[in-house]
Formats: sequence, C-alpha cells, structure tokens
Amino acid sequence: MLRAVGATLAVLLALAQTAVADTTDPQADFKAFRAYFTKRFPKVPLNDFVNGPYSMDADLRKQWVAIDEFPPYQFALDKGQEMFGTPFKNGKTYGDCFANKGIGIRQNYPYFDEKTGEIITLELALNRCRQANGEEALSYVKDDMAALTAYMAFTSRGQPFDIKIPSDPRALAAYENGKKYFYSRRGQLNFACSSCHVQSPGEHIHTEVLAPALGIVAALPIYRSEWGGMGTTSRRLLTCNSQTRGVPLEPQDENYRDVEYFLSYMSNGLPISGPGARP
Amino acid sequence: MASTIRVRATNSGDTTEVQALVQHPMDSGYVKDASGNLIPPHHIDVVQFEHGGKTVFTALWGPAVAKDPYVKFSFKGAQKGDDLTVSWVDNKGQSDTLTTKIQ
Repeated sequence: MLRAVGATLAVLLALAQTAVADTTDPQADFKAFRAYFTKRFPKVPLNDFVNGPYSMDADLRKQWVAIDEFPPYQFALDKGQEMFGTPFKNGKTYGDCFANKGIGIRQNYPYFDEKTGEIITLELALNRCRQANGEEALSYVKDDMAALTAYMAFTSRGQPFDIKIPSDPRALAAYENGKKYFYSRRGQLNFACSSCHVQSPGEHIHTEVLAPALGIVAALPIYRSEWGGMGTTSRRLLTCNSQTRGVPLEPQDENYRDVEYFLSYMSNGLPISGPGARP
Repeated sequence: MASTIRVRATNSGDTTEVQALVQHPMDSGYVKDASGNLIPPHHIDVVQFEHGGKTVFTALWGPAVAKDPYVKFSFKGAQKGDDLTVSWVDNKGQSDTLTTKIQ
C-alpha cells in the first residue's frame, strides 16, 4: 500500500516538474512584471524607471540634475571613446566585432547565441573581441571595461531595449535560470535580488534609495560615488551579492549572464540611459 | 595624454558661471591599499582660475577633498569669447593647465 502511494507520488511529482518546465512564458512574466511596477508607482512615467532611485525620490533627483550638468562619468566616457577608436595591434578595431561598427547597439545585449547556446552580454562580447584579435582580456568590473561600455551605451542612449528570447529550449532555460537566480534568497542576510529591487524600491537602506528592478540595467555602467569610480554590470551584480553577505560568483558567470538576460528582457521597450551616475 | 581638466564657462550678461571637473586621485595619505600599506598623500593643493591676467578664483584644496573634484562658481566682468585659464598644482609638484573660451 505504502509503496503504491509512494509510486503515485513520484509520478505526480514528475508530472508537476514537466508542467513547471512547460510554463516558462517570458511574455506573461514581462506583462506581470511591468504591471507590478506601474501599479505600485502610478506617478512615475514608464521611461523614468531607468533613472533608478531618482524616479523614486524628488530630493535625490534635484541633486542628480545638478550633478548631470557635469557628469562624473565624463572622464570614463572620453577614455572609452578613445579606446574604441584605437586599433588593436593587428589593425582591427572593436567596431569590427559588432554590428553597425558597435555604434547604437547596446539595447540588443545580452542576446542568445544560437550557435553556442549561451547568453552573450556586451562585456563578454568585448573581451571575446579582444581575444579574437590577440589582445588580453580586460577586468570585467571597472576601469577600461566600464569606459568601453560607457561609450557604447552613450551612443545608444534613448534606444529601447530589444531583447529577444527565441523559442529555443536553451534560451528559455537560460531565461528561467536567470529568473530563478533573481528571486532566490542567499547570503547571510537571506536576501534575494528581488527583496530589495522588487519588494522595496524607493525605500531606504542606510542612506541609499533602492532602485526598482524595472529598467535597472538601462543605466549601466554607472559612476557610483560610493565606489569613487565606474562600475560595470558585472560589478553591480557582484556587489549585490556581497552586500547581502553572500559569496559573489566570478564576473560573467553563467548565472550572472542569465540574470542580466532576464532583467534586460523585463526592461524591453525602456530606453538605454547609460552611462549613469548614482550616489 | 588627454587633459585632466574639463571646464565649461557660460556668460549670461552680467555674470559668468564656471563649472570644472578635475581628474585626480586626491589620496589623503590615511588610506591603506589592499596589502595594508599606506597610500602616500597625493592631492591637489591649489586650483586657480584666471581671466584677463587676473585671478578670479583660488581654491586651496587638500587631503580632505574627494577624488576627481568638482567646482562651481561665478564671477563678474567677463565677456563671451574671453579666455579663461584653469590650473592646478599638487603636493608632488605635478600640474596641469587648460584655457577655454567663455561661451
């Protein structure tokens, strides 16, 4: 008898699992995600979500408007432009690795590569470009990488995010994994990404105002006064983990790329606003 | 090497508003690096803005000013098209200078 119950339970569990896998529906998630934020913050114009904490706090916004007259990311932007235009030793440039010579394409990243079945972020693509041209890979977290992505984001400002999830099981799996990572609690403080950026945007954590997850990737890379410098998407994800006293993964780990894929898809239609400046 | 100074000066009739950003580590001398050694002090001591041979603004910065400092002020007596010269000197004797046209 007991064995029969056990077997039925196992069958039911297996059925439940396939049902979960079958219900990966990015479009439905997208609608629910956006509706959650627009309902919770009815006064915030949709395109303003990309401005993170400034869309939530009027005082902070005033300071930002003043700062943005002479933005602190200016040096990185100038450096990025110079790096982008400087040929590698073999005479090729970054532009040769990208569609439209790398200008105005930030909104298409990350994308699903059908050949290799992996998620390619802009930062990964830049280092692969360097390696394909016989150059050493850059650090993923700051300085040169942030300068390059700052310039590429700047040339794409205002372009709406256009992330595609093809109906390829590998792409859907990556999306689902990113979503799972985003909503999973971890670290000593037992926080998920969503604890701060879905549950509590606009609220204070110490002196910081938490940014909404909707559009949070649009402003990257950012100059953070707290960091005293620029940081990439990789850096943002790493510090999110360490701030919850979790152990961060390696930059551009598959999980991080999947989270970026998930978050960028959720931001579809919102304009690129990077490089950004944050407290 | 690109200049360490970014400056914008705009004249609106009577007054000229100046904003400048300087790229500098501004190490106070009290911070340690990853291996526990003190990072020696390295900061700007004096910043000056000159217009028509006269110093219109002097700032005595020091170890307490943050990295990549920003400054904003306004002064009277300049015209559009005039030259404005910015210069800084740090505690190691390094310096930079830049001349811009008032817009």
